[in-house]
Amino acid sequence: MSGYFKELFGGTKSLAVGLGITIKYMVKPVVTVQYPHETLVMTPRFRGHIELVGNEETGAPNCVVCGMCQKACPSNCISLAGEKPEGAKKKILTSYILDFTKCSLCGLCVESCKFEAIAFSRDYNLAGPRKDAYVFDLKKRLEEKSG
Amino acid sequence: MNDLARSQNQETFVLNLGPQHPATHGVLRVKLTMDGEYVVHAEPVLGYVHRMHEKMGENRTWAQFMPNTARLDYLGALSYNHGYVKVVEQAMGIEVPERAEYLRVITVELNRIASHLLWYGAFVLDLGGFTPLLYAFDDREHVLDLLESVTGSRLTFCYFRFGGLYNDVDDNFVGGARAFIKRLRRRLPDYHNLVTKNIILIKRLKDVGVLSAEMCRKYGATGPVLRGSGVDYDVRRNEPYSVYPELDFEVPVYGEGDSMARYMVRMDEIEQCMRIVEQALDKLPEGPVVAEKVPKILKPPPGDYYSAVEAARGTFGIRIVSDGTNTPYRMKLRSPTFSNLSLFGEASRGMLLPDALALMGSLDLVIPEIDR
Repeated sequence: MSGYFKELFGGTKSLAVGLGITIKYMVKPVVTVQYPHETLVMTPRFRGHIELVGNEETGAPNCVVCGMCQKACPSNCISLAGEKPEGAKKKILTSYILDFTKCSLCGLCVESCKFEAIAFSRDYNLAGPRKDAYVFDLKKRLEEKSG
Repeated sequence: MNDLARSQNQETFVLNLGPQHPATHGVLRVKLTMDGEYVVHAEPVLGYVHRMHEKMGENRTWAQFMPNTARLDYLGALSYNHGYVKVVEQAMGIEVPERAEYLRVITVELNRIASHLLWYGAFVLDLGGFTPLLYAFDDREHVLDLLESVTGSRLTFCYFRFGGLYNDVDDNFVGGARAFIKRLRRRLPDYHNLVTKNIILIKRLKDVGVLSAEMCRKYGATGPVLRGSGVDYDVRRNEPYSVYPELDFEVPVYGEGDSMARYMVRMDEIEQCMRIVEQALDKLPEGPVVAEKVPKILKPPPGDYYSAVEAARGTFGIRIVSDGTNTPYRMKLRSPTFSNLSLFGEASRGMLLPDALALMGSLDLVIPEIDR
């Protein structure tokens, strides 16, 4: 019989303690972000999909078409092409396609680049109904950005 | 065991648990032969998220395998990352700068706290309590924010590189880590009041799902499961690596072997992790975070290398065989939860179904890591 009352007392105490903690947090400020009304700012090191970086003055891509990023990618997401105009010293980028459907955001491409030609973007609100919306033409994106 | 479960004449039925069941945390399927509410036989069926990580290792360069390590155990990604860079560094004979080693320990231990916090929430959720999950996620979010600020990702961290780190940390990280530990120290008493001392939890876990040290040895169980059965074994102390020998920490061991013991081991480990992080932050030396002479294209000398680390769920071992080329010849991953799960069949025999689920929760399973 004493065991029964002991349990009854223990159970009631557990319940009271639990409720006490709940009430304590009930009056504290909200900890969640009210997305989509509020959004978070991504940290500088946030790894989004990659983007081409343009020259500050001319806006032309820094890329010299060395192909290191293509080689470094474990999932073969990157395909790029370039040509060497007559008389020019460097190759010029003609297309840079990122297949984001296959990308696992490891960042090996950015690390392999010696010319600061690619960087992580801050995009994280990515959603869409079609697969081909995620095959990005990065050269076109850069041109649109630099106007 | 109940008499009903023991009798051979009773009719039994098969209960399919999973592969889509909230209590199996992913896609684990367990074929249960039941006698009423009692488990007669349990057979885990694996392979639903088998992604051939070992085979993938043979088809890509040493550096390209790095993101894969984060996708084995997505809750404790940095430990796996550490295990992999460690074995390759061992093969190549690369010396890692001291600052990098300290930062590795700090980030791995923070990751371990995050992993244990998630387990704490999910485990109590398995037992039918929803609220503790929200408290645990609130704290876990702070760890994820900290790790995101240095690694760039929130879950599949890939921070270590051969010979060092991806990049250095700033003062914000050091300050943030200290603030987080202070915060968690303040919150842990609430965790214990809310859950550990709760009479329902005690009744569900005490003397339920007892695993003997012998059974753990037989199946190769490691980590908190083994330490909950009274075996004092932790790779961080038994085969010291990185800068763990210079840090003062205890290895929590509970001898009861029941689900409560495994719960207590993990809760005490959170406290020990905080101690390790604090000490490492105090001792954090200045200096480079990447070794100077790391070749661009890695070609480890031909041979067979093995190395193990203590991940959040137990011993993660990795064996690499190199034939001197830029891709591994063989990559064998020894995941702790595969061994931890394999004892479930024997341990759950004769248990009530809800108790068997409590036992499964206390093993802390991560299915992608079991299937690899």
